[in-house]
Amino acid sequence: MAELNAHIPEGELTEKWTKLRSSMPLVNPANKRSIEVIVVGSGLAGASAAATLAEMGYKVKCFCFQDSPRRAHSIAAQGGINAAKNYQNDGDSTYRLFYDTIKGGDYRSREANVHRLAEVSANIIDQCVAQGVPLAREYGGLLDNRSFGGTQVQRTFYAAGQTGQQLLLGAYSALERQIGMGKVEMFTRHEMLEVVVVDGKARGIIARDLISGELQRHSGHAVLLCSGGYGNVFYLSTNAMGSNVTAAWKAHKKGAFFGNPCYTQIHPTCIPVSGDHQSKLTLMSESLRNDGRIWVPKKKDDNRKASDIPEEERDYYLERRYPAFGNLVPRDVASRAAKERCDAGYGVGKSKLAVYLDFKANTERYGRIEASVQNIHNPDKETCMRLGREVIKEKYGNLFDMYKQITGEDPYELPMRIYPAVHYTMGGLWVDYNLMTTVPGLYALGEANFSDHGANRLGASALMQGLADGYFVIPYTIGAYLSKELATKPIPQDHPAFIEAEASAKGIIDKFFSIKGTKSVDHFHKKLGKIMWERCGMARNAEGLKKGIEEIQQLRKDFWSDLRVPGDANELNPELEKAGRVADFIELGELMCMDALNRNESCGGHFREEYQTEEGEALRDDVNYAYVAAWEYKGDVKFELHKEELKFENIKVAQRSYK
Amino acid sequence: MSTENMNLTLKVWRQKDHKAKGNLVDYKLSDISPDMSFLEMFDVLNEGLVDKGEEPVVFDHDCREGICGACSMFINGQPHGPLQGVTTCQLHMRSFKDGDTIVVEPWRAQAFPVVKDLMVDRSAFDRVIAAGGFISVNTGNAQDANSLPIPKVQADSAFEAAACIGCGACVATCKNASAMLFVSAKISQLAQLPQGQPERYRRVQSMVAQMDAEGFGNCTNTGACEAECPKGISLENIARMNRDFYSAKFVSEESI
Repeated sequence: MAELNAHIPEGELTEKWTKLRSSMPLVNPANKRSIEVIVVGSGLAGASAAATLAEMGYKVKCFCFQDSPRRAHSIAAQGGINAAKNYQNDGDSTYRLFYDTIKGGDYRSREANVHRLAEVSANIIDQCVAQGVPLAREYGGLLDNRSFGGTQVQRTFYAAGQTGQQLLLGAYSALERQIGMGKVEMFTRHEMLEVVVVDGKARGIIARDLISGELQRHSGHAVLLCSGGYGNVFYLSTNAMGSNVTAAWKAHKKGAFFGNPCYTQIHPTCIPVSGDHQSKLTLMSESLRNDGRIWVPKKKDDNRKASDIPEEERDYYLERRYPAFGNLVPRDVASRAAKERCDAGYGVGKSKLAVYLDFKANTERYGRIEASVQNIHNPDKETCMRLGREVIKEKYGNLFDMYKQITGEDPYELPMRIYPAVHYTMGGLWVDYNLMTTVPGLYALGEANFSDHGANRLGASALMQGLADGYFVIPYTIGAYLSKELATKPIPQDHPAFIEAEASAKGIIDKFFSIKGTKSVDHFHKKLGKIMWERCGMARNAEGLKKGIEEIQQLRKDFWSDLRVPGDANELNPELEKAGRVADFIELGELMCMDALNRNESCGGHFREEYQTEEGEALRDDVNYAYVAAWEYKGDVKFELHKEELKFENIKVAQRSYK
Repeated sequence: MSTENMNLTLKVWRQKDHKAKGNLVDYKLSDISPDMSFLEMFDVLNEGLVDKGEEPVVFDHDCREGICGACSMFINGQPHGPLQGVTTCQLHMRSFKDGDTIVVEPWRAQAFPVVKDLMVDRSAFDRVIAAGGFISVNTGNAQDANSLPIPKVQADSAFEAAACIGCGACVATCKNASAMLFVSAKISQLAQLPQGQPERYRRVQSMVAQMDAEGFGNCTNTGACEAECPKGISLENIARMNRDFYSAKFVSEESI
């Protein structure tokens, strides 16, 4: 059994990172030039890590499956990025961001990691602004902030509803600068299919050139997986179509433990499913909850138009249940509350699986302020609404446009219909404080690791974590490992471990073509998604999870006996790519159900129906489950559980309350 | 604008690889819901092709929410189809009607060679960015973000230029296959910010040089790029780029 040591530095919480950083072994510039680092993925974590490591002098190879690193799915993040700047003078601090994040994660994350995240959060904003990222500003020329869920301060920086795009383009430009200087070698349209482990250390990868189909060997002194989350195990999610678990899963099968796989974030404000043809779900940013009020009719099965339902017949259920945080409760709480109302028969729209997100009250309020600015005295309602719409448009224009395109309804006139959908996965590869997995030399950054968000991630914290890992954590922590690798010569690519890894990748591809079954990859993916959503979705129970495991095992058998992959291996073949990804999702799905079954408590996004308070809130079991579940792959889709105990020395663990 | 399910004829460009000669192939589709996106309609087509043992149509796509810039179909002679201000993935079938014939081709430009079917190689855009589309600031060199106030109007204008998704519709629609809207958007973003000033004139020269080297055409001010851009990137950016370019060549001391 590999040792599960998180390598958390000694000392006071507030000094751990500073002390470690200044005592970390260094690699001198001449030596850096002969050390090669492989980065898989080019999103916020991957691009920022690749660029920064190259700036420091390492030789970097970066891989992405998209046609350009600029298209990684970080680009789709909408609402914002948190940082403890306290620019709003509203009492924010590093400690408060740390505290909010631990509490938001329902006391299932590591104190030391989260505190470090809060510490470097301010540096991220500085770095991005220096790169020319056009974050929103006020008339005075200083940066603007908005509120996000689970906090009572305004610490979220943003660029309209496309913050992820702007931050990624910043990291992408830093990466392209290094590519232009020849310090990063970029491999687009390449997919990692294996990790190569030589004498117990990660030494390279096998990648498939998606255009030619060629399998390639790439060696390095360390491998960084920045390959994102696995929400697409549910088929329908807010993730991009190509987002997948393959890199992380292959690493898992090579010895990297998988942490808390069952922690999935169901985002409360997504556009509801409209039909069977649907290929993905679209998020409406959490920032909308700043200005939108969520409600359902007070009467069951009320079929009136939203505008015909008078104020007193509306149930603003979040404001009713959680007066202190109102519409800005964390995502897991808001999602469950929406499900509760819909299950009870108060849902709206054709499917009755939706609630309203209504901007009318705030549109009018903004309009009144704007009228005052423009010296319009006693404006009528129409004027207020007109002016208010302009303000709303500036804040969320692209989101409103997107909603209109997808639903055919105008959200400036009618309230949005929204419903929870799979969005983010808090679980991921287990890493220690240095972001190293249980395989020496193999690191996981960003959403691909499990580290900072516990059982529920707060809004605007994913961008923060991705960039923290890439810009400010790994550049230091990797030195501790690489400083001991100076004597390691370039890794020979004819080593038996490379030959074996390549043969394994080829074996799987050959097997796909040999099945010659009757069903497409999507057929199996959709089935898997249905099982996962029903058994391991927003609410779970032991019986359902056991059934889910059986159903997934059967699905795996069917997949390997009835799959049809057209074309061949030596060409561009998207069906083949999807087959590899879905094969891994099926195995992961089983582990997620096992993990959810093992965790006999409710915490954050993991809601076990058997464990809830009288008010229907998540009921934790801190005596028995205050641990990270780290699963080891034992071959043949078997797993063994290891535990990393979570110690809270600086925060008093309590029942989470947003009332 | 259809609200009922539709029957459609597709004429889709099929091309085995970048060397092969391509041609339009007809496909009939029935019972297409108006609520489907254009790409979901292609999913239906492909699912049917796989069921018949044929090879599905290859096309670029990823986020399907209009921001990654991957999707790139030339639909009935227009990049991203008939609606203004949307990408192909956000185009929904309610924009078509029963019985329509829809012609779908890849982006066509010398600098964007076809990879397969509707997929093209847009790596030229990355090389243009690598030539200068950045501010040279290493990680850790930054000062406090609020130590540099930027007037809101200027910041908003930089943001509007930065909204470019790099899809290449501007190139595809331009009769000269010019990339000037794309290149000028990045140049404008950085030229309007104080952080971008030190490299302003160097940047415009090196990016334009790379743009020319990639084989993109010149701009003749037709404005098709602006009309077809899904993100509303303005032609003013091209004017700003030209101004900076001439300043750099004739006035700036830092000619490269």
